[in-house]
Amino acid sequence: MGIVTARRRAAIRKSPGERTFDIVNYSLMILLLIVTLYPILHVLFASFSSPSLLSAHRGVLLGPLGFSTDAYKTVFANPSIGLGYRNTLFYMSFGTALNMVMTILGAYALSRRNVMWKGPIMFLIVFTMFFNGGLIPTYLLVAKNLNWIDTPWALTVPVAINTWNLLILKTSFEAVPEALEEAARIDGANDFTILWRVVIPLSLPALAVILLFYAVGHWNSFFSALVYLRNRELYPLQLILREILIANSMDSMTSGVSSGDIEPIGVTIKYATIVVATVPILILYPFLQRFFVKGVLVGSVKE
Amino acid sequence: MKTAQALTSTKKATRSNSFWARVVKDFRRNKYIYLMLTPVILYYLVFHYIPMYGAQIAFKDFFPARGIWGSPWIGFEHFETFFEGIYFWRLIRNTLAINGLDLILGFPAPIILALLLNELTSERFKRVVQTVTYMPHFISLVVVVGMVLDFLARDGLINQLLALVGIGPTAFMQEPKYYWMIYVLSGIWQSIGWGSIIYLAAITTIDPTLYEAAKVDGASRLRQIWHVTIPGIMPTIMLLFILRVGQMMSVGYEKTILMYNPLNMETADVIASYVYRKGILEADFGFSSAVGLFNSVINFAFLIAANRMSRHLNQNSLW
Repeated sequence: MGIVTARRRAAIRKSPGERTFDIVNYSLMILLLIVTLYPILHVLFASFSSPSLLSAHRGVLLGPLGFSTDAYKTVFANPSIGLGYRNTLFYMSFGTALNMVMTILGAYALSRRNVMWKGPIMFLIVFTMFFNGGLIPTYLLVAKNLNWIDTPWALTVPVAINTWNLLILKTSFEAVPEALEEAARIDGANDFTILWRVVIPLSLPALAVILLFYAVGHWNSFFSALVYLRNRELYPLQLILREILIANSMDSMTSGVSSGDIEPIGVTIKYATIVVATVPILILYPFLQRFFVKGVLVGSVKE
Repeated sequence: MKTAQALTSTKKATRSNSFWARVVKDFRRNKYIYLMLTPVILYYLVFHYIPMYGAQIAFKDFFPARGIWGSPWIGFEHFETFFEGIYFWRLIRNTLAINGLDLILGFPAPIILALLLNELTSERFKRVVQTVTYMPHFISLVVVVGMVLDFLARDGLINQLLALVGIGPTAFMQEPKYYWMIYVLSGIWQSIGWGSIIYLAAITTIDPTLYEAAKVDGASRLRQIWHVTIPGIMPTIMLLFILRVGQMMSVGYEKTILMYNPLNMETADVIASYVYRKGILEADFGFSSAVGLFNSVINFAFLIAANRMSRHLNQNSLW
């Protein structure tokens, strides 16, 4: 529909006012593109530059200065980055699998009609979006009562369901035609079979988006690891990155020297680390982009 | 008389019978549904409702060894300590300032972007802008803050560019006066594209004949935006506005603890980062829970107030 209106609009001869509007609009959009893209490109170009040329350079980069992949060699040779990568992949796979199972079960159950206790259960769930016990009681529960310090459980189980994602998926499951479900039931299917054979196959776009949201969330999360992990061997990539990008720069900012346990890291290595940690996500999301509007729309505009 | 009594009692009996009968029938029919819901409900009870219950340590002199039950009640002592503490007004000011600035600049930004995207005549260009502006949403906070620190450093990109026009170097992250702006603008950079999705979705639901009618009436593109598009997405704007106002007292501790340093603490420290420092780093659990609870309650009050106001103004509300 968007395409039709756009073409129709383009076909109509434009008044000077219209043309000015278009010029201003396109200029603003191009400016936005530059502002959004340039910082990312800067990091990319800098990561492939030679360190000496880069530190001598002033101003914007329009490409790598003297192509060099040394920074990447150092990054891949750094054992803590390799370990961080492996830990993150593990937390992400386990965490996302748990997320998907729990969210699918909840969304299916709450999308059914004629479930007597659905209303109170929905209230119980939605209320947590607006009110929570806070950081400290949750920390005490996970760290002291459950004793999950230095375990993968602490990073995955407390975030097993994101309520927003649950609502998006519930709305998407509700859109599956009832007749299909009835037909399956007549054939003797129970709810598990209907979920597996009818509802899931018909909701793949929404499931893909939810999967992406959860996976990105795990990939990018650092806070629960910061709070619940003491053992460096278990650190996910983001905590290693935090040491390289932030703790390091803070130290040099305040004291002029970097702290003892972190080796001083050259500028280009910093940029290469960012690229290595970010690229896997950035190449993934455009494939799922066309589903975003649908995925985000259903949960929010309708509710 | 007797028969009437007997009648009502049987009526009551059948009613309660029918209630329990319905429960049993529902449970039989939906036994797998309830089986599926069991882990879900358990999750919410353990990881959301137990912490709410645990928040009572805000009113206790909490010793981890004695547990929640064993620790003695002390009433509002922690709250009083917080209200009278030297950091109280600083934390409130910073929290409200960052949120106020974000409400003024950060809230309208994705709406404006969605309106402008909708007016682009080239579908392909529109898709390019969308793909690019969604990108920062997928970059981790650690990396975004790392980039901000790098670009704003004394010898960073921004200062290199300012030097070209003859402005001397500024250590942006060490000057408290720049912090709020840096926090809010980097947030907009990261979320403007992603935030626009929901408004673009709302725009697609507007009846196209309204535009035709506006055009027949000779409305320019700006007038069409003003009289058709904006009213069309107003319910969505209000809904998100209510939710945003419900967050007026929260600034994410995740970004703050990455961005603050001893030199910009004066403007950077917010309630959430204070809770983190007091509770997790200094293990003052009772006190930090009190600060956190105060924060949650104020947020909840803001949400209810915004919801009321919105219902009063134009019948849009969350409940």
